[in-house]
Amino acid sequence: MILALFAAVPARAYLAYASNEKDNTISVIDLDKMQVVKTVPTGQRPRGMALTSDGKRLLVCLGDSNRIDIFDTDSWQVAGSIDTPDPEYAALRTPENNPLYVSNENNALITVWNIDTRKMLVQMPTGVEPEGMAVSPDGQLIVNTTETTNMAQFFSYATGKNLANVLVPPRPRWAAFTYDGRQVWVSSELGGTVTVIDTKSFKILDTIHFAVEGLRSTFIQPVGINITADDKLAFVALGPANRVAVVSVPEHKVLSYVATGQSVYNATVKKYLLVGQRPWHMAFTPDGKYLLTANGLSNDVSVIRVSDLRVINTIPVGQQPWMILVSPH
Amino acid sequence: MAALRQIPFDFAQTDEMPSRRGVLGGVAAAVCAGFARSARAADVPPAAAAPQSTSVAPPQLAAEVASLTIGYIHWRHDVETISLIFTPAPGNGRAGAEVGVADNNTTGRFLQQNFVLETISVRTEQDPVAALNTLIGKGIRLVVTDRPASDVLRLADAGAPHGVTIFNAGAPDDAIREANCRPNVIHTAPSNAMLADALAQYLIWKRWPRWLLAYGEAPDDLLLAEAYRRAAKVFGAHIVADRQYKGTAGSRETDSGLIDLQKQLPVFTQNAPEYDVLICADQHSVFADYLPYRTWDARPVAGSAGLMPTSWDPNSTEFGGKQMQDRFMAYAHRFMTALDMNAWVAVRMIGTAASYAQSLDPDKIMAYMRGADFQLGAYRGLSLSIRSWNGQVRQAILLSDSGRTVVSLSPQPGFLHEVTVLDTLGTDKPETACKLQAGRKT
Repeated sequence: MILALFAAVPARAYLAYASNEKDNTISVIDLDKMQVVKTVPTGQRPRGMALTSDGKRLLVCLGDSNRIDIFDTDSWQVAGSIDTPDPEYAALRTPENNPLYVSNENNALITVWNIDTRKMLVQMPTGVEPEGMAVSPDGQLIVNTTETTNMAQFFSYATGKNLANVLVPPRPRWAAFTYDGRQVWVSSELGGTVTVIDTKSFKILDTIHFAVEGLRSTFIQPVGINITADDKLAFVALGPANRVAVVSVPEHKVLSYVATGQSVYNATVKKYLLVGQRPWHMAFTPDGKYLLTANGLSNDVSVIRVSDLRVINTIPVGQQPWMILVSPH
Repeated sequence: MAALRQIPFDFAQTDEMPSRRGVLGGVAAAVCAGFARSARAADVPPAAAAPQSTSVAPPQLAAEVASLTIGYIHWRHDVETISLIFTPAPGNGRAGAEVGVADNNTTGRFLQQNFVLETISVRTEQDPVAALNTLIGKGIRLVVTDRPASDVLRLADAGAPHGVTIFNAGAPDDAIREANCRPNVIHTAPSNAMLADALAQYLIWKRWPRWLLAYGEAPDDLLLAEAYRRAAKVFGAHIVADRQYKGTAGSRETDSGLIDLQKQLPVFTQNAPEYDVLICADQHSVFADYLPYRTWDARPVAGSAGLMPTSWDPNSTEFGGKQMQDRFMAYAHRFMTALDMNAWVAVRMIGTAASYAQSLDPDKIMAYMRGADFQLGAYRGLSLSIRSWNGQVRQAILLSDSGRTVVSLSPQPGFLHEVTVLDTLGTDKPETACKLQAGRKT
């Protein structure tokens, strides 16, 4: 059975990187072998990560070390550091790979950095506890979510100006642009919703609710949002609900729920384990065939096959994995 | 911040935010300016014992920005604790409200809303109603207080004709939430029943259902003991015996104190029926902290010492709590207490309701806060909201290992409720003795 699962994965070896908040490491996962092939020690409390479009540099936010380390993904040496207080998450403007937008969570600021010179370009004040951050596909619009003051805040790339502040349900954690750039989807962890915001008018187009039978609504806490490249499906990680919701992007409708918390046979310990607890952040493989979820409470990564929405494997990683990214090659 | 020098001693310790100012240059200086306070000499009567008033002013904002002043009636009193490190700071509670106002303004600057905190410190022997009247005179209608239960009722009754809502951040007494409830009080402090239930759920989950109950002589010790008796009944625990600790400990500063305690407390806990946990109810730190390691039988201690139920602990870092701890430490240069959290919750409830209601009108703020959509994130996993039947803020309760680590968070898994698991803690709607009538004054 295990062999059959291995055969189902892509032939090329993509590498996935999971930041383990509690044990201060990055787990490097070989997606052919479906296992961790390297564990890279980091500074304290690695959470948000960004990868340059060539896949050569991985930027890791080290919240408790007050810096972002830039790792060379071949040698895993630190090629440089950006000193910035309590970075929670950072988003790169692509394809230039510059600048880098950093949520400085303790300071109610976004700081903007040139990652080559590692100089700060500008800083932008936000609400309390900025976290989620995204850059529009055309690179012109920046969105940030402030966890404690419940806003999606929009900024212009060109002028750095604050364009709009949209109130959303409590504790907004994450923002994701649709690939056409016309919408931003914002998850509210305590509100239990995803808010769809128009990027021209900054009006709320829709609020998506989730309901799982047999589960109190308070345990449905949306965090990560990943939208497929064709703008058809959005995957929303529901945290302590131990599920990922699959949402139709055009219809703003929940289609189904994939349980990440389920019994999976573990070959190493030769028994079934309940895995996949509290998925927060996710990443697609570049071919779009698989979605990986970082499960913070069960210390593993679930591999969801997008075609039939099944969890086909679960890979143990470090302690409290927070974010996951996949190399482009 | 030259004004700092004029501030009475107990305000001085919470006056700077070095991490914001130090690291972040210009923008942070603007944020920091929001905390520059003056003693407002004009508000302070000359008598030395008079209540003293401070304001947390917002950053300089454009003229069209609307402003709301929140009142804080601070109980200025000395608290003696067995453990020196838990002696409350003079600004206990108030600093939480101040960080709450700063958080409100960090949001408000984007929504053209501005918040100011007007604090009046009132000594034990002074009349808090006089302070309330001063606040009412300035048009303030939302008032946070950490005064004891009897004062909460007096303030509520004195404020009712003026449309004042009192936020009770300090008093855990169940009576002011039940038979003696008031329609214009929001209780951000958890009740004795909620705290006792939070501990009870954990002890049942641990399968430690046999309790020896020790309680002190103070009237509120008896109330807390009663909450544990109720919790035992609700969750199926058994109180094998209860004992009252009489007299003050008193020997803490003598050379022979430790030896005396080492002899006294085994005797106090001797000859008890078989039990799993010693639960202590000691609201004034008279004896509970002496119990661990000194019991006759080798048993863990919980309640007012040992494993303690609380609305906040400086070690709580989950659910984004690390950010709250960092922000508070940067502001107050000390750890954040449960009272600081209860006051922060009160101020943030006001700020959050104001942002969603898009209004600084106290009536609109309170209407939104009491409505079905209101939720506040407060770093304990599930969001906080108001129980419509008695004004209690429903909230998860941390179980702290004497302030060293967080052991657990209640409600515990497996305790179910038809509406929200948070309502497995404390008095639920079907049991409430509170009969709220709109506009009722007494």
